[in-house]
Amino acid sequence: MRRSINIWISLDKITILLYLLLVIMGWLNIYAAVFNEEHSRMLDLSQRYGKQFIWITAAIVTGIFILIIDNRFYFFFSWVIYGIIILLLILVLIFGTEINGARSWFEFSWFSLQPSEFAKFGTALGLAGYLNTRRHDLTRWGVLLPASAIILLPALLTAIQPDMGSTVVFLALFLVLFREGMSPYVFVSGFLAVVLFFMTLLIDNFYLSLALVIIAVLLVWFATRKWRLPLVSTGIFVLIGSVIYILDYYIFKRLGNELVILTSLLLSGFFYAWYIYTRKAISVLIIYLFLTGSLLFINSVDYTFNNALPEHQRDRINILLGIKSDPQGTGYNVNQSIISIGSGGMTGKGYLQGTQTKFKFVPKQSSDFIFCTIGEEWGFTGSVVVIGTYLFLFLRLIFLAERQRSVFSRVYGYGVVSILFLHVFINIGMAIGIVPVIGIPLPFFSYGGSSLWGFTLLLFIFLRLDASRNEYLV
Amino acid sequence: MKDLFINRKYIIMALIVLASLMLIIRLFIIQVVKDTYRLSADNNVLRYVTQYPARGLIYDRNGKLIVSNQAAYDIMVIPAQTDRMIDTAGFCSLLNITNDVFNRQMKASINYSRRAPSVFLKQVSNETYARFQEKMFLYPGFYVQPRTLRKYTRPVAAHILGYVSEVDESIIRKNPYYKPGDYIGKSGIEEAYENDLRGQKGVRIFMVDVFSRIKGSYADGEMDTVAVQGSDIISSIDLDLQEYGELLMRNKRGSIVAIEPETGEVLALVSAPNYDPGLLVGRVRSENFARLQSDTAILPLFNRALMASYPPGSTFKPVNGLIGLQEGVISADTKFGCNYGYLFVGCHGHASPLDLINAVANSCNSYFCQTYRRVLENNKYSNVTEAFSKWKEYLDQFGFGARLGTDFVNELTGFIPSPSYYDRYHGKNRWKALTVISMAIGQGEIGTTPLQMANMTAAIANRGYYYTPHIVKEVGREGKLNPRFKTKHQISIDSANFETIISGMEGAVSGVPGATARVAAIKDIIVCGKTGTAQNPHGDDHSVFIAFAPKDNPKIAIAVYVENAGFGSTSAAPVASLMMEKYIRGSISNKYLEQRILDLNLEEKLIKSETQH
Repeated sequence: MRRSINIWISLDKITILLYLLLVIMGWLNIYAAVFNEEHSRMLDLSQRYGKQFIWITAAIVTGIFILIIDNRFYFFFSWVIYGIIILLLILVLIFGTEINGARSWFEFSWFSLQPSEFAKFGTALGLAGYLNTRRHDLTRWGVLLPASAIILLPALLTAIQPDMGSTVVFLALFLVLFREGMSPYVFVSGFLAVVLFFMTLLIDNFYLSLALVIIAVLLVWFATRKWRLPLVSTGIFVLIGSVIYILDYYIFKRLGNELVILTSLLLSGFFYAWYIYTRKAISVLIIYLFLTGSLLFINSVDYTFNNALPEHQRDRINILLGIKSDPQGTGYNVNQSIISIGSGGMTGKGYLQGTQTKFKFVPKQSSDFIFCTIGEEWGFTGSVVVIGTYLFLFLRLIFLAERQRSVFSRVYGYGVVSILFLHVFINIGMAIGIVPVIGIPLPFFSYGGSSLWGFTLLLFIFLRLDASRNEYLV
Repeated sequence: MKDLFINRKYIIMALIVLASLMLIIRLFIIQVVKDTYRLSADNNVLRYVTQYPARGLIYDRNGKLIVSNQAAYDIMVIPAQTDRMIDTAGFCSLLNITNDVFNRQMKASINYSRRAPSVFLKQVSNETYARFQEKMFLYPGFYVQPRTLRKYTRPVAAHILGYVSEVDESIIRKNPYYKPGDYIGKSGIEEAYENDLRGQKGVRIFMVDVFSRIKGSYADGEMDTVAVQGSDIISSIDLDLQEYGELLMRNKRGSIVAIEPETGEVLALVSAPNYDPGLLVGRVRSENFARLQSDTAILPLFNRALMASYPPGSTFKPVNGLIGLQEGVISADTKFGCNYGYLFVGCHGHASPLDLINAVANSCNSYFCQTYRRVLENNKYSNVTEAFSKWKEYLDQFGFGARLGTDFVNELTGFIPSPSYYDRYHGKNRWKALTVISMAIGQGEIGTTPLQMANMTAAIANRGYYYTPHIVKEVGREGKLNPRFKTKHQISIDSANFETIISGMEGAVSGVPGATARVAAIKDIIVCGKTGTAQNPHGDDHSVFIAFAPKDNPKIAIAVYVENAGFGSTSAAPVASLMMEKYIRGSISNKYLEQRILDLNLEEKLIKSETQH
């Protein structure tokens, strides 16, 4: 017999408070972003801030419902929910409406719905369900691969839309796998692969390869603490490299600089193998494999990108990365965004006093680029307060996740943290020009019903699980 | 269970704290350290002036300019910066507009946005622009935005080029690149190559004071983006040939498609009746467009070459002959007798029996009906359905029944019935070769577009392959071209079989006894052709002719449709012949024929008969 507990007592009020704080700050800033003298009432339903008010109310009601439902519901139905959201992601590819070149919205007569916003909590639930039922030994491939598949399936489906923002968010769930025991090598290589992918498209491959070789040499020195080894291996590499380069220059004429580096690395491998074998130098082996893998990866990314992808998809990625639409090397939207944030100064221009953000020049002013309004009107002080609030929320959620008894709740909690964290980092990062522009909303802040509901569901399910942390799920 | 990895929470926490610090440091740099973005109290308004790039030019295959640009000026307004007390009367007389227009435009602008610029008055004349420029300082919130409009060197090729028009609400919503007042290519090359032609808009940011006076460049222009000019396009059309084709088709309805077989480049594409592309430029555009659109009698905006589907008629016989040869049911020497027809399909009087070459030259219905029956009743296949599917497979290879994948935005698929079509109509296994015998002579359920017929002719001229027809040869300075136009489409029919059919097509023009297309012959050039008559349930039949020349090393493949003109040899064949000679030789030797075609006025006759009904 289960003890019925009073949920209100065990509910984490700090998180609720942070949630309300962020939602209200968001609403005030949406009001500022679309401020219009003609419609100055805050509840004007023809305006975005009016609509957002409805959505906030609806989200809070939804949140309360989530808290009322039995916590075991989320556990037992985690797979069903995961299945439904995957189905929705497939359906949107077929029946969705194409907006801004991406097929990611269902459009009904009076409202539209973006299933990828709901897929986020669904995937976190699915992952939690899987890691709870199996003995969660993520050091084994037999567990790691299915767990990765749970994450990669929605990532792939959103990549087809294409909605790169959501894809990247799903990949953030690998952070959860890391927490639950996935080898740091897998994590680091995955992370490096993502970084390398973007670097390859942005930087000349030859310089990138060269930089990687130099990093590897430094790492070898760092790992062995011997200066002779890196010097000798560099010597071998340069020697073989020069021979191949000369051969290529006069005879093959088709290798190209990147492939010269790769082939000489592979050939020098025979010499390194002898050293690694006699000294049992595992660290050197790992560094060598990493380097070779990275170079292979770089060459294949460029090849796949330029030959296998159809032209329009390539264009979309190029535009997303700001390579194509961007003749001067700095994106137009990002410029506008940096101007408005930069003009905020230390204390900002004051609420509703922003001049830059009132133009329709920064697109998606109230959704993806909402941080411009914060930066311009509240200045550095306000920006730090907002980032600080998020940081506090994340640390609080980690604290909550760690106090769970069930693996299910802990995994889900980390899922919430990873998804929210990536959203905040990418959203603010792109507004200040340190992350390529991929349109994803700022959690609880940005205008939009789908995203607000999605984030509320995500957070409140965790709060519900946390409120019953002392009970056993099964 | 013991949690082995509990310490990893510190790594994750450290990661999150570090990332947040990164954001804060960057914010500190742009908000506190750098002062480039700071604005002084009296210069706190920025004006974003869009730099419109010139749209790419379009040239013909010989480097002749077809489309260029001309300047136009829009009066723009930012409602929030206007002065409520302005001298409206003076302003209106300056721009030569009424007070009503002023109020209406102002209201529309405020509705769009008080703070973003919108177009107040479109494309004012040079004189108005000059007058306004002098007095502009009196009217804060108003400024002039230069734009470019299209200009055509000759009043031809409207269907190929398409036109440029202002973006509407739905485009702006779908694609944030476009702002109200921007232009976008619609139909033809302008639409298909919009992304290349339009270039990239730039923005210059100025600081302005409360009187709307420009005080200088913001942040020393560091944040400005430079406009990039649109890429020029070299079209594959031959402008002179195109113009000549349109001249020949005057007062007629129909179309001409000419292709260079070796490359798939479209040399001319005429759809008659047509219109002067210059009509759709500038302030007269919307009025003219409405007029052209409402002309339902002759449909000048309708591109027949791509969008009209006709039964191919006898021009389809070469393909059926090829399939018969390849399937081994006939050989070049197979003879069939003809006694004014085959069962219920009639034929005209000619020598009998004929071999394949003479059957093509004489266009014998009976011969092709018997061939087609052999194709469908071939013992190689278990039943008619299977044989029919095989026959359709060949047609698919020729590009029938589907879009060819050209660079035209509108292209009809045409129609080749599938076995399941007949199953639905007659019941499964309830139909046989004789049920569908009209396919033998290109009549019945079948529908093809003039473009598809020209492509088929090019494939025959090449003895078994084609390149997807395309209207653009090179884009931009690097001369890039979509790789799909460099992919060879091979047809699985031996080139020797093509030679047989080509001999028949040569015979049709060069005059074996009973040849149907002698009128298409050109002095000193060997022309291979085939006449056809597309049945028209609504009136006189359409005259069709396909041809290529010279026989060896063909330079041009052509399909001509002249609606309501009767037999293929009467109008379509002379038009095709004149076009080919014009392209290959550059001049016309048979002036009499040319004059006859120029004088032929079918439009008059049609209007007369239509008014009678």
